[in-house]
Amino acid sequence: MHIVVCIKQVPDAKNVRIDPETNTLVRQGVDSIVNPHDWYAVEAALLLRDEYGGRTTVMTMGPPQAEEALRETLALGVDEAVLLSDRAFAGADTWATSLTLARAVEKLGPVDLVICGKQAIDGDTAQVGPGLAAHLDQPYTTYGRRLELVDGDQLRVERLTDFGYEVVQMALPAVVTVVREIGDPRMPGLKHKMRAKKLEIPTWGAADLDLNPEEVGLQGSFTQVVKVFSPPPRSDREMITGEVEEQAEKLFKLLRAGKVPGL
Amino acid sequence: MDYFLTEEQQMIREIAAKIATEKVRPVRAELDESEEFPWDIMKILAQSDLFGIYLPEEYGGSGGGVLENCLAIEEMGRACISVATTFAASGLGAYPILLYGSEEQKQKYLSPIASGEKLAAFGVTEANAGSDAGGIQTTAKRDGDHYVLNGTKQWITNAGEAEIYTVVAMTDRTKGARGASAFIVEKGDPGFSFGKEEKKMGLRASATRELLFNDCRIPADRLIGREGTGFIITMKTFDVSRPGIGALGVGLSQGALDISVEYARKRVQFGKPIIAFQAVQHMLADMATETEASRVLVYAAARYIDSGAKDISKISAISKLYPTDVAMRVTTNAVQVLGGYGYMRDYPVEKMMRDAKILQIYEGTNQIQRNIIGQELNKEYGRMKETFF
Repeated sequence: MHIVVCIKQVPDAKNVRIDPETNTLVRQGVDSIVNPHDWYAVEAALLLRDEYGGRTTVMTMGPPQAEEALRETLALGVDEAVLLSDRAFAGADTWATSLTLARAVEKLGPVDLVICGKQAIDGDTAQVGPGLAAHLDQPYTTYGRRLELVDGDQLRVERLTDFGYEVVQMALPAVVTVVREIGDPRMPGLKHKMRAKKLEIPTWGAADLDLNPEEVGLQGSFTQVVKVFSPPPRSDREMITGEVEEQAEKLFKLLRAGKVPGL
Repeated sequence: MDYFLTEEQQMIREIAAKIATEKVRPVRAELDESEEFPWDIMKILAQSDLFGIYLPEEYGGSGGGVLENCLAIEEMGRACISVATTFAASGLGAYPILLYGSEEQKQKYLSPIASGEKLAAFGVTEANAGSDAGGIQTTAKRDGDHYVLNGTKQWITNAGEAEIYTVVAMTDRTKGARGASAFIVEKGDPGFSFGKEEKKMGLRASATRELLFNDCRIPADRLIGREGTGFIITMKTFDVSRPGIGALGVGLSQGALDISVEYARKRVQFGKPIIAFQAVQHMLADMATETEASRVLVYAAARYIDSGAKDISKISAISKLYPTDVAMRVTTNAVQVLGGYGYMRDYPVEKMMRDAKILQIYEGTNQIQRNIIGQELNKEYGRMKETFF
C-alpha cells in the first residue's frame, strides 16, 4: 500500500506568548516543532506499512523551513517526503490548505490511504483531514485509535468516542485522522536519521500542482483570522444552583433573556 | 561546551539521549526495585540501530568505533547505568570476536549482535580468579572435532539473557600465561547452563549470574584465534572496552549532577535556595569540574584508540580509573546535597550512589588499573632517552 501522512510544522506551544500590543503571536525565538498529534499519524502509517507492506510518504504545506519537520519524521523510518511550498500558499485557511494537500495526494497517486493527526495545536480546527477527504471525494473516519487492513482494500477503524469506541469499515482509498491511542511513536533510528539528513526532498509549488494563485493561500480562503487574543479573565459569573431540572429551567430563562455573558 | 563531534556522532548522542529520557528514566526506579532485565529497552536500542555503532558495516554495523560506543553509553548512563551496562556488556562480549575472530565467526556472530537480535557476554572471572585472571580453572579439552569445557564462571553480566558468550578457559595448564584460549559458547550448547541471579547492592536490573560448564561440548571452530592467546585477547579486549566503563562513570556523574543542581536551586532553607550557600556551591562546582574532566578524558582516550594507535593500555586504564572514582564521589555528594531526601528511595540519587560502586570494581578493579598505569609508566620512561633533571 502507498500511505501518505500529512504533517504540519507549528510553534512550540510551551513557549508561545501573545504580544499585548499587536495581539499576535510572538514567533521570535520560538522553536518550530512537528505538530505533536502528527507523530501519531506517522506511527500509524509505519505500523500499517510494517504489517501489510508498502511505502509511506510524508508531506507538509509550509514555508521552506518546514522541510526540517519532514526530516524529523524520516528519522523514524518514513520512506519518502515532499514539501509543498510557495509564497502563494501563505495565509491559507483549512479549505485552501486541504485543497493544496489533496492536489498533492493526487499527484503522488495512486495513494491508498491518507493519515493525518487529530488537529494542529496552533489552529486547533481539526478540519484539514475531513477537508482533504472532501476535496479528494473519498470516505474518511476521524479519531482512529486502531487501523486494520481488511481484504486488501478496506480499512477497519476503531474510532474513539466519548464513551468508548465504535468500529467503522470503509473502502480504500480513504482518509483517516488518528489519536494518541494508536500507539507511542517509535524512537528515531541511526540509519534512518542519517538517510533523513541526506535525502533530496522535492518542493512542489502551485504550478506543480496545477493550482492558480486565486485557489490557494489567503486568496483561496473563505475564512480569515482577524485577531488572536487572550480572552480577558471572567469576573461576572453566577452559579446556578438547585436540582437538575431547576438548573435547566433557570439557565433556559437566562439564555432566553439574553443574559448569559459572552453569548 | 562543544566536543567537536561528527554529524553521525551527534546523531548517536541525540538518539541515545532521547531513549534515555523518554524510555529509561520513567522506569529506572521500577527496574531497580524489581531487578527485571530491561528487555523492552534493549529492543528499542536495537530498533534504533544502536547495537551496531562500533561494528563494521559489513556485519550490519554503522562502522563507528570506541568513541561512538562511549557516546551512546554515556547518554544512557545519565538515566540508568543498569541499562547502560547491559548494552555495554554486549559490546564487551563482541570485542574478542571483532578483534580476533575468523571471517566466518565475524559473519555468524557479529551480525546478530549488530542488529540487537542477540546479546553477547564476556566470561573470564571465576570464584578464585578475579584480579588474578591467570588463576582461572575452567578447562577446555580438545576431543576430536570438539572442545569440552568444564568449570564455573562467576558474576558474568548478561548471563542467562545473552545468546553469545566469549569465554576464556585453560587449554594447557603447563604453559602458564600462554595456556588459555578464548571460545564462543552459545546459549543452548549441551552442558552449558546458568547459576542463580546474584543479589547486588546496585546495578540491580543488570543480569549477573554464574556460567556453568558441565562437559559442555562445542565444535572446535568456536575457538577464537589460536590456542594459547586467551589472555592476550582478554587484555586487548579490556584495552578497548575500558573507555566504555569510563563513559558509564561520566553519564552517571552527569545524571547525579543534573539532579543535584536542580534540587539545590529549588530547596529553600534560611530564606534562600541552598545553591546560594558557598558550601553547596563548592560541592556542585567540584562535581561539575570532575565530571567535565572525566568526559574529555574518555573522549580523548576513545579518539586515540580509534585512530588505530597501539600504545593504548595506559590511557585506556586512566580513562577507566578516573571517571569511575569521580562517579563514586559525585553520586555520594549528590545524596549529600539532597540531604534527607537523597537518602530516600523515592529520589533517584541513592540508587545512583549504590550503582556507582561497581564501576570501581568490575572490568579490572581500580587497584589493577593503577598497577597497569604504574607498569606502563615504568616501561615508558625506561624507553626514553631524555632525562628530566
